[in-house]
Amino acid sequence: MAGDDSAFAVLGALGDPMRRRLYRHVAAAPGEVGRDAAAEAVGISRSLAAFHLDKLVEAGLLAVSFRRLSGRAGPGAGRPAKVYRRAEGEHVLSVPPRSYDAVSRLLAEVVENAGLDRELQAAAKAAGAAHPDAVAGDLVEVLRARGYQPFWDGETLRLNNCPFHALAEEFPALICGMNLALLQGLAPDPWSPAMEPCPGGCCVAISKNKGR
Amino acid sequence: MTAFHLAQVNVGRMVAPLDGPELADFVAQLLEINALADASPGFVWRMVDDEGEDATGFRPDENDDMLLINCSVWESVGALRNFVYHTDHLRVLSRRREWFRRMAEAHQALWWIPAGHRPSVAEAMRRIAMVREHGPGPLAFTFRDPYPARARTVQASGPASDVPFPTTR
Repeated sequence: MAGDDSAFAVLGALGDPMRRRLYRHVAAAPGEVGRDAAAEAVGISRSLAAFHLDKLVEAGLLAVSFRRLSGRAGPGAGRPAKVYRRAEGEHVLSVPPRSYDAVSRLLAEVVENAGLDRELQAAAKAAGAAHPDAVAGDLVEVLRARGYQPFWDGETLRLNNCPFHALAEEFPALICGMNLALLQGLAPDPWSPAMEPCPGGCCVAISKNKGR
Repeated sequence: MTAFHLAQVNVGRMVAPLDGPELADFVAQLLEINALADASPGFVWRMVDDEGEDATGFRPDENDDMLLINCSVWESVGALRNFVYHTDHLRVLSRRREWFRRMAEAHQALWWIPAGHRPSVAEAMRRIAMVREHGPGPLAFTFRDPYPARARTVQASGPASDVPFPTTR
């Protein structure tokens, strides 16, 4: 992670509430989002949305590409439109400085070396099951609060974000196994978490029991 | 077409004999998980014993009746990684401590082979030995320290390199 100053610069771009709403909308969206759709989602004009979206790109929080939204191609299809998606990279700012990531990395290494996968999974499942909102039954809200950025794809809940991304990259068997157990705790019967990776997001998708 | 494919080997020391109750759940899932591998994008080949279903008939260390080997070939690190961690294989992987002992020494290796080559048990075990002795390098590496296919050519021309691509044994 770079120094504090770069994190302040990046996250400072989110100080404006409107820009924050736009960021949240685009970051949680399952695909790329055009200017019109983003403007409509937060209830502002297209030009104001465009201004803020480009500020978020400048800050490195969103990435941009060009796509023909009409689905047509060739002459008469019009100019490709600017579309936005969540940028790669993580930005953490803690005041005063804390480094829980360093601790989690150390702990993960020790747990892995000690072969404590089962103990970790049992704890994760219990922690998921103990979540008060999970008991109340609003699974989407629970997943949202946990940072999974859930969205409906037909009858299936897909998770657009992996809250443990960097650690999962480094200790995939341990952390993805823990995550699956945590989701099994958060989403008890009749929900059924299954391994169905969402590109750029979590590997688990959740649907109502049928089969597995 | 890629000129190089990725070979993968890992070994595991069972907590109990393969035909015992402790390993029953593992054995029960072999067929399904192997079929999943065979159908995965980027899968090229996997090592099977004389029975032809899987590699559980091999004992790569003659002094160790409990050691199993798993060896396969993929088009890329990404393809292998996707199968190992992002499919139902993870369900099996996350239960690894029920069936296999944690090994203190390196128990896996990745290395680049010319497309079409099929690694032998001895060759695969030598690659694990390389990781054990020298740590990850271009000739034998791990998911955490991957090396690109090109790097091994450079290494192979160096003085201390392994014989490139043993194709027999």
